Order: sequence, then C-alpha cells, then structure tokens
Amino acid sequence: MVTASRPDLSDSGQTQLKAVIRTEDVHKYYELGETRVHALRGVSVEIKTGEFVAIMGASGSGKSTFMNILGCLDKPSSGEYLLDGINVSKLSKNELAHIRNQKIGFVFQGFNLLSRTTALENVELPTLYAHITRAEGQKRAREALQLVGLGDRTLHFPSQLSGGQQQRVAIARALVNQPSLLLADEPTGNLDSRTSIEIMDVLQKLNEKGLTIVLVTHEPDISTFAKRTIQFRDGKIRHDELVAERPVAAEVLRQMPVLED
Amino acid sequence: MNLAAILRIAMRALARNKLRSALTMLGIIIGVGAVIAMVSVGQGAQQQAQDQIAAMGSNILFVGSGTVTRGGMRMGWGATKTLVYDDMSAILRESPAVKAAAPGSQSSAQVVFGNDNWATQINGTEPQYFEIRNWPFQEGGPFSQNDVEMAANVAVIGETVRKNLFGATDPIGETIRINNLPFKVVGVLASKGTSAAMGQDQDDVIVVPLTTLQKKITGQDWLRWIMVSAVSRDASYAAQQQITGLLRDRHRIRAGQDDDFMVRNLADMAELADQQARLFTILLASIASISLLVGGIGIMNIMLVSVTERTREIGIRMAIGATEADVQQQFLIESIVLSLIGGVIGIIVGLGSSYMITHTLGWPVLVSTTAIFTAALFSAAVGIFFGFYPARKAARLDPIEALRYE
Repeated sequence: MVTASRPDLSDSGQTQLKAVIRTEDVHKYYELGETRVHALRGVSVEIKTGEFVAIMGASGSGKSTFMNILGCLDKPSSGEYLLDGINVSKLSKNELAHIRNQKIGFVFQGFNLLSRTTALENVELPTLYAHITRAEGQKRAREALQLVGLGDRTLHFPSQLSGGQQQRVAIARALVNQPSLLLADEPTGNLDSRTSIEIMDVLQKLNEKGLTIVLVTHEPDISTFAKRTIQFRDGKIRHDELVAERPVAAEVLRQMPVLED
Repeated sequence: MNLAAILRIAMRALARNKLRSALTMLGIIIGVGAVIAMVSVGQGAQQQAQDQIAAMGSNILFVGSGTVTRGGMRMGWGATKTLVYDDMSAILRESPAVKAAAPGSQSSAQVVFGNDNWATQINGTEPQYFEIRNWPFQEGGPFSQNDVEMAANVAVIGETVRKNLFGATDPIGETIRINNLPFKVVGVLASKGTSAAMGQDQDDVIVVPLTTLQKKITGQDWLRWIMVSAVSRDASYAAQQQITGLLRDRHRIRAGQDDDFMVRNLADMAELADQQARLFTILLASIASISLLVGGIGIMNIMLVSVTERTREIGIRMAIGATEADVQQQFLIESIVLSLIGGVIGIIVGLGSSYMITHTLGWPVLVSTTAIFTAALFSAAVGIFFGFYPARKAARLDPIEALRYE
C-alpha cells in the first residue's frame, strides 16, 4: 500500500517533487434501491509530478469509480482527495468544472470527439470554457495538434480520420489547457495492436516532457508501457509496483512488422 | 464562455440539422406572421372607423324616435310617432348649444330608371342636412328650401344608386320613378363608402325633400330622426342634455318614465366603434397568438429531442470543464436563436401578407411598429420560456452517466 510515509517509490530523484494526486482513505458508496454498493473501500495513494501510472483491475474492481473521482467527475463518500494540493472533496460543482478544465485532460476509450466538428475545433473546445481569447485558444489548439503529429489535419472531421488519428486529436484536446494531469480511460480499447502502441508512444513522449499520466487499462501488455502499475480488486489496492522491464513504444513499433492488407 | 462563442456554437448546432431547424422555425414564422397580419387588419379597421366618424363630424347628434310598450309588447326604435317637426323647431329655438338641425323621415322603395331598377332607402329631409353631415356633391347640388315647401319631385342620389341605375349615363336632369312617381335627379352625392360604425353602405340612398316623402310616399307626418349639429365638439354633450330635457318636457314624460326618443352623440358612437374595432383586434391577435404558442411547444419538443440526442456531447463538454450554467446557456441560446430567426422571418411574412390583404381583398390594413416589436419580443420570450426546461434538463445531467450514454 502506498502512502505518503513511503517516499521514493517512483523514480529516484523525484522525492522532492510535490504530489499531483494524494488520496487518503477514500470510500465510495452507491445506493442502489435498498442495497448499498461499496465501490471503494479505503484507497490511499500518492502520485507525483512526472509519474506514468497504469491502473489495472477487472470490471467491478472499483478502478472506474476511482478514475471518476480522480477526474473530479465524482466526489468521494468519505476520505480526502488532494489534486495539486487542493482538497477537491470539498468543492462545489462549478469549482469542480473549473478544476476539470484547468488541471485535468481526459482521454476516453471511444475518443468522444464532437462529430461534424473539425479537429481544430474539437481541440479548441476546452479553451472556450477557460478565460482566454479565441485567438489564444486557436493558437494553443494548433500547437497541441502539432505535438501529437496532426498539424496537417486541423480541418479534417473525425469521420475523415482513422481511429488512431481520432485518439490523437482527443489527446491534443486533453493537452490544450496545459493540465497537471492526463487521465486516459482505456485509450487503446478501440484500437488495433499497432495503433495502440502508437498511442502509447505518444503518451510516453508526453511523459518524458514531464506530463503526469494516469492510464486505466485492463490489458497487461499496455500497462507495461507505464512506469508504475496499481492493481485494484474489490475496491482496494492489491498491488502497487514499479514496472521492471519497461518497453519503449517507439522501439516496439520499429520491430513490428507492418501489416499489409 | 463569451456570448460570441455561445452564438457560434448555437448556429453550428442548428446548421447541423437544417431541415429540422427550418421546420421548427416554421411554427414561429407562422405564429409571428399571423399575429402581425391579424393585428394589422384589426388596426386598419379601427383606423377606418375613426376616420369615417371624424369625416362625419364629431359635433353631430342624432335624435331618433324611440321605443314604446304597447300591451306589454316593446316595439323597436322608430316605433313612436311622437317626434314631430315642431320638436325640431323647439330644439333650434331653445337649445343654445345647437347650431343647426335637419328633420328626417325614411322609407324604402323600388327605384326605376329605363330598364334598370334598384331597391334602396329613401330619406326625406331639408337642404341643411347635407351641410350638417358635411356631405359634398360629385355632381349637381342639393334641392332647395323652395322644393321642400312645394313638395317638389326632386331627388339627390348616392353613388351606389347612380352606379346601379345609370352606369355611364349622366344622371343630372334625368327622371327616375320612385313608387311610380317621377323624380328629377338634381345631384349626385360624393361616395362615403361603407360605414365602419354602422356596417352599412352609406352611398346606397336617395334623398328627397321631407314634405315630398311624407305627403307622396309614406303618408306619415311624424319624423324618424332629427340630425343636429352642436356649436362645437365640446358643446355636443351640453346639446345632448338640453335636447333630452326639452323633448321630455314637450312629450310630457314624467320623472322615472323612459324616454320615447333617443339622443345619440356621434362622439359616443365613435368611441363605441373604436371599442368594437379594438375588441376585434384583440380577438384576432389572440387567435394568432395560439399559433405562436403551438410554435413554442414545437421548439420545446425539438429541444428535448436535441438534448437527448446530444447527451454524450453534453457529457464531453462537462468533462472538459463546462459548468451547469455553460450547458444551460448553450441550449437556451439555441432555442432563442431558433425563435428569434423565426420571429424575424415571421415579421417579413406578416408584412408581406398584410400587403397582400390590402391589394387582393382591398381591406384597410395598418401595420404598426408596436405590433412588430411586440411580436419580436414575444418570439424571444417563447424561445426563453420553452427553451428553459430542456436547457435545465441538459444542465442537470450527470457527466458520468452522460459520457456512458449510447
């Protein structure tokens, strides 16, 4: 079990870095009719700046609930959650929306892009809810698209892009407000294995630039691209360990045979 | 989020479903168009009523013979025989507020000229009648006081009678037959058109000397009416009081008994006609408003469908930082834009149909800016009112559920 009292679990040399995420004894209950579902049973974890954490677990293990709480879409029933030092369990709905806008970038399994809306406009979307000018928002959106290698596809609609390209647009959208944390929920779930590794390559490169990433996945080989894996079972953390032999996605891609149709 | 961004998003969302947006707007277009066209028709009628009464002169009073009850049976207006020529002389002599008066009786008859005949109303009066009513001649002139004294067979005809009997022939000097008596036409009255107050064609009339009508056509020596003009508009109420008092006195009506005559002030009638026309306007506008209401319900329906369809979009927007207020604003602005564009097109349609009504049906139409502004405001209000619930529903969605929505 990881707590604040066990430092230096992540990369050496990052001990002095502050925690992006700190949860303390987080519980979550749902009332379903007469029964009470206990989805999280005391989760305490600390994730520091620059970490790349994969959250694993079967369905019903509580990982999705934990993900929703980390993403400020849901609040813990008890316990505390500090994001960038802010106790978000105490915030109002509007304040949570602001936190999501400023501090968190979401990447979903189904891409969740707005259809009939260009890549640029999709990426620009979070800036509309931030207090910046339209010109500044568009400039940032262009930069974010360039960062994920889609600088030449700004005016394409999602329907004109491949699955991998759509997911890269979604990553660009998650990055546009320069968040403290990128939350990726099964980002490779809808992609073939080569495209999956391409997406992991994008995430690894972003992580190298210092971005903190939390990745939820149920595929063990995808989780190995992260630096650290956390296993959930029955609403609790079962394993929390560093990845021993971490493959570099770019290398894997180079060795992979290109499939011909 | 600033207003320009919200408007841009709203326009794009509406453009995405062009046919649906257009059909939804159609409800508002028809509603606003109908309100403007109907109010224009109503106000046109109101204006016409006012114009006609102003043309008649608001200092005019109409004294009519009244109702009586005989053996428990109440007779209609004009049933009494108590209004006589001497009453008029007394009014002229004793009411200081009265400037002039003309006696009148009436009948209806079949009038013949050559091969044409026409049923019309025959009024018997004296020459000052035309001055009191301020009724000019398009041809010829009135008969003289001498004609009245001689009970001469002369007639002044209205425009409708001229059209039906003479067509292209010049009527002056021609002889028409009323009840088989020959009458020489001395004048044709200018057209006054249909009276909005009374709803009758004022030009469908023949005017002859009172004595001629009484002695040769009806055989009655009492009067049906006396047309009185007061010295001024302000004096018309005083004149009404004086005439009422005088006639009650002359007809020996005791206190508590009903008048056997009636005195109508045209200022009152103008007010009545105005009230009726206003009621007419309100009635038309309320009927038209119902279609605006139905249009509003159409907007609400489509917005509810749109919120359900775009549940996932709402989830995405919330996940990336849209607040409840942002989402609510977005959908509210969408429905307001929908109804405002519909309102603007509706105004154009309403103006167009008002123009068509004037030109094809010949009805007087008065397009008022008030009606246009009211319709525009109303359509915006419809957008807010009927857009509020769907927008609220969108804003209340749980982002987690919304993101999972298929």
